[in-house]
Amino acid sequence: MKKTKRIIRAVALGTLMAMTLAACAGSSQPATNSGGAASSAQEGGAAPAAGGEGIFKIGAIGPLTGDGAAYGQAVVNGSKLAVDEINAAGGINGFQVEHRGEDDELNNEKSMNAYNTLKDWGMQMLVGPTTSGCTIAVSDLAHEDNLFLLTPSGTALDCVKYDNAFRVCFSDPAQGTEAAQYMSEKGIGTKYAVIYDSSDPYSSGIYESFNAEAQAQGLEIVSAEAFTSDSNKDFSVQLQKAKEGGADLVFLPIYYNQAALILQQAADMDYHPTFFGCDGMDGILTVENFDTSLTEGLILMTPFSADSEDEMTVSFVQKYQEQFGEVPNQFAADAYDGVYALKAAIEAKGLTPDMSASDICTALMEAFPEITITGLTSSSLSWDASGEPNKEPRIFAIEGGKYVVQ
Amino acid sequence: MKKKLPEKYGFLFVIFLFWLVLTLLSRAGMLTSHFSSLLVPMTYYAIAAVALNLCVGILGELSIGHAGFMCIGAFSSAIFSLLTRQILPGGVRFFLAFVVGILFAALFGFLIGIPVLRLKGDYLAIVTLAFGEIIKNILQAVYLGVDADGVHIALNMTDFRLSPDGITLIKGAQGVSGTPRDSSFTVAVIVLLLSLIIVQNLIDSRDGRAIMSIRDNRIAAEATGIHVTHYKMLAFTISAAIAGAAGVLFSHNVTTMTNISNYFGYNASIMLLVYVVLGGIGNIRGSVVAAMILYLLPEMMRGLNRYRMLIYAIVLILMMLFNWAPALVALRKKLWQRIRDRRPAVGKEA
Amino acid sequence: MSFLNYLINGLSLGSVYAIIALGYTMVYGIAKMLNFAHGDIIMIGSYIVYTCMSMAGLHPAVSVLCAVAGCLLLGVVTERVAYRPLRGASSSLAVLITAIGVSYLLQNIALLTFGAEPKAFTTLIGWKGISLFDGALMIRGTTIVTIGASLLILVGLELFINYTKNGQAMLAVAQDKGAATLMGIDVNKTIALTFAIGSSLAAVAGVLLCSAYPTITPYIGAMPGIKAFVAAVFGGIGSIPGAMIGGLVLGIVEILSRTYISSQLADAIVFGILIVVLLVKPTGLLGKRVMEKV
Repeated sequence: MKKTKRIIRAVALGTLMAMTLAACAGSSQPATNSGGAASSAQEGGAAPAAGGEGIFKIGAIGPLTGDGAAYGQAVVNGSKLAVDEINAAGGINGFQVEHRGEDDELNNEKSMNAYNTLKDWGMQMLVGPTTSGCTIAVSDLAHEDNLFLLTPSGTALDCVKYDNAFRVCFSDPAQGTEAAQYMSEKGIGTKYAVIYDSSDPYSSGIYESFNAEAQAQGLEIVSAEAFTSDSNKDFSVQLQKAKEGGADLVFLPIYYNQAALILQQAADMDYHPTFFGCDGMDGILTVENFDTSLTEGLILMTPFSADSEDEMTVSFVQKYQEQFGEVPNQFAADAYDGVYALKAAIEAKGLTPDMSASDICTALMEAFPEITITGLTSSSLSWDASGEPNKEPRIFAIEGGKYVVQ
Repeated sequence: MKKKLPEKYGFLFVIFLFWLVLTLLSRAGMLTSHFSSLLVPMTYYAIAAVALNLCVGILGELSIGHAGFMCIGAFSSAIFSLLTRQILPGGVRFFLAFVVGILFAALFGFLIGIPVLRLKGDYLAIVTLAFGEIIKNILQAVYLGVDADGVHIALNMTDFRLSPDGITLIKGAQGVSGTPRDSSFTVAVIVLLLSLIIVQNLIDSRDGRAIMSIRDNRIAAEATGIHVTHYKMLAFTISAAIAGAAGVLFSHNVTTMTNISNYFGYNASIMLLVYVVLGGIGNIRGSVVAAMILYLLPEMMRGLNRYRMLIYAIVLILMMLFNWAPALVALRKKLWQRIRDRRPAVGKEA
Repeated sequence: MSFLNYLINGLSLGSVYAIIALGYTMVYGIAKMLNFAHGDIIMIGSYIVYTCMSMAGLHPAVSVLCAVAGCLLLGVVTERVAYRPLRGASSSLAVLITAIGVSYLLQNIALLTFGAEPKAFTTLIGWKGISLFDGALMIRGTTIVTIGASLLILVGLELFINYTKNGQAMLAVAQDKGAATLMGIDVNKTIALTFAIGSSLAAVAGVLLCSAYPTITPYIGAMPGIKAFVAAVFGGIGSIPGAMIGGLVLGIVEILSRTYISSQLADAIVFGILIVVLLVKPTGLLGKRVMEKV
């Protein structure tokens, strides 16, 4: 008697558990479409009603919480701004666009969850993920689903290994090689030091290719010192070694968060070499309250400059600041360009929202190598079929707290 | 003391039903892709929580480095799968990947256990944390590859001279990528069931009673002739091995392992500890349920967008207070008692 | 000479660990709980100073006072709301997990309030430091101030604990809560006081951490918190001088291993050394061996 009771209880419990979870899962979809907090998805969703039957759905993924939150938020905000503009101007092929950003916490596993959430929502194209590791993980899924993936800032080589994956930014090897070539061509520096994040794929990826090219160019690297995400506050050793080696140029293939600390600590120890950064360096001038005089003379290879005076940049920066209260960086600009690239490609092929994500993807894969757009990050941005962008590298130096084209 | 069969295996049956219902729903296309993608992770976190509970709840030693064992299992099995991808058929390869992952994790558990288990309390906790961090740090820095000349290992790309036709296994911070996606919900549930059976049987065995006696009173246990070190090592190694199995599922689900501090760092170890404590220390079934619920919670709250993790934190605190605060526990017991007043008391869960 | 330079660098990193570890070990030793949220209280303290100075334009000294007051309040409130209800729970791990919850909560509140973008902290210590041997050796002003402050706090805490009634009450609570209650000590009040002091020390630590490494993000407290925990254990749990020495040693070991062994593996080496030390001296550098009674 007792036994049967127990079995019944077990059955009930198991079924209940599964049912509740499944119910949760089922309900999460309409909930996010109709209600919920003030989210980017909602704001994007409010506009489209006018379009009527069809709405394009563009998803974005990036770390919105956790250590990389600054980068992911920029990507989601930048792409959202582009979508809002497009909607205000009448949409793509007359169809409105809906935008939704999801958090991946800089974690490959969570990024895959974010991707699947967006898929349930009905995403047809993805602008994201923001970081290399997450992009590689998600590109596996996107490849299986044949869903078009355009990462604004996934720099690792493998990010675009599939046909349906494209990127807006330069790859790690492109940046590292370009940096070494530029140094040797322009003859800046005689002895070189590198400080990189050995726990970060972006940073160590650039360092690898920089190192290879520097050897080919015969640049003398006197010190190459690493740090990790667990000890990224104190750079005294790395700087001291560079100083003792007599380096007059320090290459920093890292993000501006840490770079701001490095510049400060170098100044404190009275060490004033030329600093040279990659696209992750962009944003250093916008660190609130930062003493920008420390950045004087810093050279960086960034596709985007918030100081540019062309009409497009000025209007982008202004709108971004109004809406999000921050000066946009290259993450936001890359994402913004990504959305416009999607628009151009959709228009080129005359796609409509009622097509399946897979059909759209196939068409976009054909369209991307054919389009050329003018964007924030390049005046003429086009793509290879391999997924790599063709654009002229831009190199800036900071003078008087502003980017000056080199 | 032998528990009756239905009770002992009742929970396994619950999990089986859980699997059955979800699989049927999934076949019927009634699950969203988001939810289907959560099934495997939530199961391997449940497995890892079971492993940690064996260490924390049954053995009574606080470990905050268990994600390190997951990491070992994940990397060793991923490397195995990469190497044998062309040679072995999927099923056999995945089975052997488990063997490799579990063996490596157990080996490390054993090696780490030798020094660690001499320590007590918070000192032991910090040494497990230290081991977790060391494993993570080394795996982030190392380059590993195989070619015709043999195995290549280096700390940076310059010293890493792999011939072009070789296979790169670990690429420094860029980690391991291209692991086949072999994990499935069914396999994950089978592993979960197996680990539950192993742990449950261990607890109910003579060895298990010896282990728990060490937890309850080490000196008394020693005085009755129980070989403390031996049993500690036994429990710790099994715990590491099970965590390694969870790692195998992890690496064959995520396929690309970069930025490993985010899922194998101390934060991840602490997350596992949260599952264990919330589910009940020493309550193996509780760990499974807590891990699943806590993994799903933030995912289900994606609609809340930026407030998601904030709400999650609040819910976590409230759940802890509800489950553990003596005042609330007493209150709950009272209510429970009132409900059950007429019925004879049913065996309470540990 | 260059060795001396690295040693000084290590001292300067170690001094930051030390000052965090002091607050940590205080709560740790007396309330017998690992306060995982301690690092995040430091972060909140830094944001308060930042807001006061950069936004409200207050005087640095006033800003620091605001931060101390803010953190004190925060510490006492979290203790009352999140930790006290769990006192007497059947496992001491319960309160540890709640502390993790509090840590997430504080991080996310900061993320929502201040955003994810890093903010640069204007250092409060204008003094550049001492230059020896014609600038060949340089001791940063922040380092000297941090070590000075740590010493001051160390002496202050020792005096407070050993020579005041409340301090003695803390020692009693740390040893045996039940017996302390029997002696007429209000355990709840004493632990609240511990949290109040520990959290105000966190504010001071936050100011010094951000003076030495002047960027603030919602996550700056997490890693130093863990390192301080390591330092506290390294020095011997509950020993206040131990925490200070543990912090300094940890900083020096970290810098020297990064310098002379490998910058990539520095973390692993530091933790490796920690393990070896704990194996040789299982209760930390200054920890007392407690005899087990049957």
